[in-house]
Amino acid sequence: MSASTTNPASPKRRSLNLTRILLEGRAFFALIAIIAVFSSLSPNYFTVANFLIMSSQVAIFGILSIGMLLVILNGGIDLSVGSILALSGVVAGAMMQGVELDALGVILYPPVWAVVVLTLCVGAAVGAVNGVLVAIFKVPPFVATLGVMYVARGIALLMTNGLTYNNLRGREELGNTGFAWLGFNRLWGIPISVIVLASIAIVAGLMLSRSAFGRWLYASGGNERAAELSGVPVKRVKITVYVVSGMLSAVAGLVLASQLTSAGPTAGMTYELTAIAAVVIGGAALTGGRGTVRGTMLGAFVIGFLSAGLVIIGVSSYWQTVFTGAVIVLAVLMNSLQYGGPRKG
Amino acid sequence: MTGIVLAARNVAKSYGQVHALKGVNFDIRRGEVTTLFGENGAGKSTLMKILSGVIQPSSGEIVLDGQPARFANAAEAQARGISIIHQELSLAPNLSVRDNIFMGREIMTPFGVDYAEEERQVRLLMTELEEDIDPQTPVEDLRLGQQQIVEIARALSVDSRILIMDEPTSALSASEVEVLFKVIRDLKARGVSIVYISHHLEEALTITDHAVVLRDGVMTASAPRDRIDLEWIVRNMVGENYDLGSPPKTTPGDVALSIRGLSVPDATGQDLVRGLDLDIRAGEIVCIYGLMGAGRTELLETVAGRLRASGGQIVLDGQEVSHLSIADRIARGLALVPEDRQRDGLVQTMSVGQNLSLASIARFTRGFFTDTRAERALIEDSIRRVTVKTSGGEAAIGSLSGGNQQKVVIGKILATQPRVIMLDEPSRGIDIGAKAEVFRLLAEGARQGLAVLYSTSEVSECLSIAHRIIVMHKGRISAEFDSSVSKEKIMAASGESVAA
Repeated sequence: MSASTTNPASPKRRSLNLTRILLEGRAFFALIAIIAVFSSLSPNYFTVANFLIMSSQVAIFGILSIGMLLVILNGGIDLSVGSILALSGVVAGAMMQGVELDALGVILYPPVWAVVVLTLCVGAAVGAVNGVLVAIFKVPPFVATLGVMYVARGIALLMTNGLTYNNLRGREELGNTGFAWLGFNRLWGIPISVIVLASIAIVAGLMLSRSAFGRWLYASGGNERAAELSGVPVKRVKITVYVVSGMLSAVAGLVLASQLTSAGPTAGMTYELTAIAAVVIGGAALTGGRGTVRGTMLGAFVIGFLSAGLVIIGVSSYWQTVFTGAVIVLAVLMNSLQYGGPRKG
Repeated sequence: MTGIVLAARNVAKSYGQVHALKGVNFDIRRGEVTTLFGENGAGKSTLMKILSGVIQPSSGEIVLDGQPARFANAAEAQARGISIIHQELSLAPNLSVRDNIFMGREIMTPFGVDYAEEERQVRLLMTELEEDIDPQTPVEDLRLGQQQIVEIARALSVDSRILIMDEPTSALSASEVEVLFKVIRDLKARGVSIVYISHHLEEALTITDHAVVLRDGVMTASAPRDRIDLEWIVRNMVGENYDLGSPPKTTPGDVALSIRGLSVPDATGQDLVRGLDLDIRAGEIVCIYGLMGAGRTELLETVAGRLRASGGQIVLDGQEVSHLSIADRIARGLALVPEDRQRDGLVQTMSVGQNLSLASIARFTRGFFTDTRAERALIEDSIRRVTVKTSGGEAAIGSLSGGNQQKVVIGKILATQPRVIMLDEPSRGIDIGAKAEVFRLLAEGARQGLAVLYSTSEVSECLSIAHRIIVMHKGRISAEFDSSVSKEKIMAASGESVAA
């Protein structure tokens, strides 16, 4: 608003500025650097087999971080994704073990597709609670999802009494086999979980860049008041992103339970922080309105490949934590350089 | 005695390629009000920041009491008796009036802060400013105008010899402006020199002793009060003939927007708009004039759908729209260009093009996907129509000047193909050249059958393109005029005392 419009960069220069390229493609270069360093340190790192294993580990964080990206683009945060992941896993596990209907005296074994659909509904429902709290009741996202994080975790613990559902492979005679397909099978040699991640990433990417909803999301994250006055249904957008985030957490929960063929109520602890880290490393602004699926995916792979590489070369897990933290701080530092740089007054 | 206390000699300032000031000479005389006029970007604020030590000049020097002086920062300048009241308020809203006024220079005793003494001084200042504000009130509980008074009190409390005021009245009511002007006269009598910057030319003229006009970083004119008038200022500011247009010759059609008995409550349930009736025809331009707090913004935001009415009807083309969402109202052709374009108009994280197309995404969405080519066509069409000066649709919105940003907001709304367009203070914070272009756009729209309703707090803008002038006072329409009315009549109806 100041009268002194000091805009030296008025005509946007498209020169091949090296620092700018490095800054904008930082997650990409970081990933290349990580792969290069670990490949030189260990002969086992740069192999197709290892990349597929690492990728299937990244898949879970990747799926969570796409949901997290949508929420962060909206200017919010979703701390409940790890808990929803655990709750979904437990719900799926319970259904695989059979649902006892007391009134009828029978035990119901729903087929796997029904388990998946119902689990996704649970994730979406918990996400909807987040969304309604934030959009309708104006609870700050941090607080709303913090509360839901505890509640969802608590319900998961209550359902299982703190125990873990083991052996979710199902039984032939009950007609509910196939749960392990998600976590173990491969299509054209690629783990299913990675394919799931890739499909979700493509759909989310298209939605953000090419759909009206995507534009609404960027606009309401950038300036909610302006978006509202331009006819953007800001509340609907807000609720939707939390619902999608909840649903994607359920997908991640299913993938994890399938990979382990077991579901425990303590799964996914602190996964929300990893997801946030992936989004931030991917260049998204925590204030909303800025970020891409491509960046977030790079961020997820940076974290995943880094920690896997540290394991392979035998660095202690304590050091892994330190390295991961350093990468996150560096990423945020660069974010503030990119977005907060020459703005003044 | 008109000794020069502070002067800028050949002061220049550049930011990279941009030369904000190109060798300006500027004198401040003891006990006088020197008013600095100029369009946005002319370099007024830059010059004031240099004089008050906030920034350093690229070349040239500052002369204080005949001696060359250098201020490393604002605190150093303040220690030499130079204070500045910035355009944007710099108060901590959570702290009390007292704590804000003494922020950073608390009166200490060996046992801590001497609150009693601070409070006594604050009360003294408030008596002087004729403002009944308790020193203990948190600043966030004050009206914007009162906050401005606190800011002024803070500057007065340091015993400044030279006081720079950058747009001090933009948030004040007429009575508060009068008090401020009385304070300024008192200060003058005490020998304090004042530099005054305002976009409100008429108002500034009443207090000026000496006027200086800046244009594009160069001083174009300087003269004492008795040799200048409004036309002189505008001519030197713009450098060309100043004309905001005249009402376009249109044939008013059917009633496009009809407001009946509209009431809008504030948070405490008091009515800000009280039972207001208003009809606007297609092809008609209506101006709403009123002071701050007259209820103009609330009226427009309620009609647009942001605020809830407590009673009354809003009828668009014969259909009641009060129950519809903002999006539905836009779809039916009723849209608002908000007052504060930074806060309510633009999405800073998006490009010029994305801002322009934001309100009409439905027009280029085919099924699930947006049609990139259709969107680009719409953006290019909008840029041409509202004549935005930009390198293209991909440019960052922050790279545009204020006037061009405003045109983007207007272009965004026009792209929705509205039947009724409302603009809340469309000329706020944009220079006269851009103002004239905005009004030309509106007149053009009216010729094509658009109903235009705009609000303003500058009388001269009422008497430009409007067919009809509505004056609002305390939530009601206090008068209605056609375009042949005099400025004095409009001001009188608004409850503003007509300055001599």
